[in-house]
Amino acid sequence: MGKRIDVKDLNVFYGDFKAVEGVSMTVEPRSVTAFIGPSGCGKSTFLRTLNRMHEVIPGGHVQGKVMLDDEDLYAPGVDPVAVRRTVGMVFQRPNPFPTMSIRDNVIAGLRLNGVKNKKVLDQKVEESLQGANLWNEVKDRLNKPGAGLSGGQQQRLCIARAIAVEPQVLLMDEPCSALDPISTLAIEDLIGKLKEQYTIVIVTHNMQQAARVSDKTAFFNLEATGKPGNLIEMDDTQQIFNNPSKKATEDYISGRFG
Amino acid sequence: MSLDVKDIPASEAGDLGGIDHGKSGIRVLKNNIATVLIWAAFLIALIPLVWILWTVLSKGLSTILTVTWWQKDQSGVGAPGFDTNVRGARHAIIGTLEIAAATSVIAIPIAVMTAIYLVEYGRGKLARGVSFMVDILSGVPSIVAGLFIYAVWVTFFGWKLNAFCSSLALVLLMVPVVCRSTEEMLKLVPNELREASYALGVPKWKTIVKVVLPTSFSGIVTGSLLGFARVAGETAPLLILAQYTQFLNYNLFSGNMAALPTLINVNVPNMAGDQVSADRVWGAACTLILLVLVINLLGRLIGRLTRVKS
Amino acid sequence: MSSSTGASLSDELPDPDGRPPLRGDDANTGRAGDKVFGGLAIGSGIVVIAMVVLIAIFLLFQAIPAIGDDKVNFLTSREWNVSGRRFGILQMLWTTVVTSVVALIIAVPFAVAIALFLTHYAPRWLAGPAATVIDLLAAVPSIVYGLWGVIIVAPKSEGLQNWLSDVLGWFPLFAKVPSVGGGTTMFLVSIVLAIMVLPIVTALTREVFSQAPAAHQEAALALGATKWEMIRTAVLPFGKPGIISASMLGLGRALGETVAVLYILSALPDSSKWTWSLFNGGDTFAAKIANSASEFTGGTSTGAYIAAGLVLFILTFVVNAVARVVIERRKAFSE
Repeated sequence: MGKRIDVKDLNVFYGDFKAVEGVSMTVEPRSVTAFIGPSGCGKSTFLRTLNRMHEVIPGGHVQGKVMLDDEDLYAPGVDPVAVRRTVGMVFQRPNPFPTMSIRDNVIAGLRLNGVKNKKVLDQKVEESLQGANLWNEVKDRLNKPGAGLSGGQQQRLCIARAIAVEPQVLLMDEPCSALDPISTLAIEDLIGKLKEQYTIVIVTHNMQQAARVSDKTAFFNLEATGKPGNLIEMDDTQQIFNNPSKKATEDYISGRFG
Repeated sequence: MSLDVKDIPASEAGDLGGIDHGKSGIRVLKNNIATVLIWAAFLIALIPLVWILWTVLSKGLSTILTVTWWQKDQSGVGAPGFDTNVRGARHAIIGTLEIAAATSVIAIPIAVMTAIYLVEYGRGKLARGVSFMVDILSGVPSIVAGLFIYAVWVTFFGWKLNAFCSSLALVLLMVPVVCRSTEEMLKLVPNELREASYALGVPKWKTIVKVVLPTSFSGIVTGSLLGFARVAGETAPLLILAQYTQFLNYNLFSGNMAALPTLINVNVPNMAGDQVSADRVWGAACTLILLVLVINLLGRLIGRLTRVKS
Repeated sequence: MSSSTGASLSDELPDPDGRPPLRGDDANTGRAGDKVFGGLAIGSGIVVIAMVVLIAIFLLFQAIPAIGDDKVNFLTSREWNVSGRRFGILQMLWTTVVTSVVALIIAVPFAVAIALFLTHYAPRWLAGPAATVIDLLAAVPSIVYGLWGVIIVAPKSEGLQNWLSDVLGWFPLFAKVPSVGGGTTMFLVSIVLAIMVLPIVTALTREVFSQAPAAHQEAALALGATKWEMIRTAVLPFGKPGIISASMLGLGRALGETVAVLYILSALPDSSKWTWSLFNGGDTFAAKIANSASEFTGGTSTGAYIAAGLVLFILTFVVNAVARVVIERRKAFSE
């Protein structure tokens, strides 16, 4: 599992407004890539184009190509719903479904896509919760509501829910920004484990986090408010943090702006 | 969200530390007058409610506490003044419930789907048009709704009136009530839940049916019960469309059917000189008001107890 | 919760987290399930539009021939004699509009005060139950208001009404009308209508008041304002468009109220003299139509009542549309 992502000359629009301009990058399979940059630089917007979630917002569309191995995600006839099954996503705020139990939350994606076999589902519950490092904490209360868990547990539940549909890629949009330091650490450990199987892209505001968890780091910036954001540079994380090639990157990571 | 300032009585706020910060007596006086008037307005508004409930209960409760009232209809009732037997309201109670139930069966799906359209799909001119028309419909007088059904059913098609006509007129009144409350509930569902579902590769319609609707379900039930209570108590369209009968009839589509409001209306002209008619009127009014209030309060209770916390 | 009143302002206000209200997303796909479900949703919306349009069309087309047959001027005549094909709406229009407007003049100050009570004055434990109690006034069926008004209140209020016309009789609105006794006057109808529209005006006003920005209120208090001064500077101005549109919705309700008016108001004899007085009897559109259902014998006679219903429909349409426009303006202003 885990596929390569190739992006070529991608422009992202909301209606007439160009939010992100001219991004090209390659994300290696089974690696962690971090997107960093100041607020409004388009890193989250760009992340959402990787599973076509940005199209949910009225007027959202792209120019350019996003290849998942050999498949163009934006080729005519590609079903965005199928894309989202292949490229999963975890959001900023933990968002378990409030009407469902822990168990039902994990298998929500499978159930809603028509899987009914109880044995398969039960197995998937354990497997996904194990995968999300949550099994031991919740195995005795699988039928309790998901909303009763702590914030960090909820976020791991959301990760379990995302990996239960067996995606190739996992996108994480600031997954720790609503969590306390201990929960954050648990998620970061989990990311290290998940990358053995999945291609992971994570947006983060926290530069130490990017440095801790990622193999590659991409720095996004924008010239001014109202201008589109763009990719300044992308390199090995070590390289970006120790010896960036662009002045803007150095200014940002040394805390001179942003 | 209300700002809680009750802990800072204005009369004292000016005296902190013994320093007068310029709150002259006249300002404090005005403030106190406003407080008294506002409390008074609320207490005065309670008078009609209590008075109405007292009137109806004191005049009607003894009638409805008999078994006959719930078991018998009005068959065999004689001319006013000669009949000494109140008999029952079963025919009218069943009629009211059946008419309101038929109304709900038609109105709730339309209202819920319209709310779904407005919240989950609607943009642009059509959505604005629908939203505007829901407002207009909620303002259409019930008598006009009745007149409209009469104009279609009798004048235009030349059909015979039946109890279902009353239901059709009431649909026009129930749809906007249920639609607005459902819309409010759907808007309370956080966008994050929709996004989470989309990100799992779930199509939009399944997201709405399996994630959005269950999250707002209790609110929709509450709205529907409030709508049911409203149409059950509605009288005006029935005065045009419903043909009163003394006899129990279960069939909405054929024959005449009584309802509590029409049972009242038929007996009102005689109630001045005839205690039996008066008992029927107040008994029916008491039944109706209890029915409506119980359903109304039940709806609110369900809403409060089963609300999903997210 | 204002659900019992059937109208809501919540869609006119921004979400709690400041995002613009959700108005549909683009997650729709070409799948069969999405097509069917989306089609049902749009279809229901169109059904709602169709309902209003059909009401207008049917009433209009069945009213026109009757108005053509009318031997007196439909708008300016006071006469209503359907079998003689002489029908004018002036008396009904007057009775309908005046009772509703007077009801509103009574109800709005109460509604505003009660809304302030519920949002700013009531102790926390009382605010919820108190709001429910006010809402329950809207749940009482109008036929019960009618019975209560005519049997209980009318006789008790006769003395007060006589006294008012004795003292204020020099003013045309309060002139004595000897032919109408027993208290069953437009004056009493206005009071009962005021009670009936009170909950709807209160619910909407309360919603707007509760959304008055807390920062402004705190700022006013921090400047040393009394609570009442704070409300006058930071709450009432914010709520003004809401009060106006809530009042219009209440007016719409009052204009169309049927059974309560039908039961309470004395009918006027055919040849009664014109008077401006509130102590007169009469008929509103809605009460007249309801009272005459047995006269619907087809042709002009039914058409005349449908024409009266059409006028009522247009009145309420305009009033409700104005309410909506006022709120839309406010929304544009607050964004």
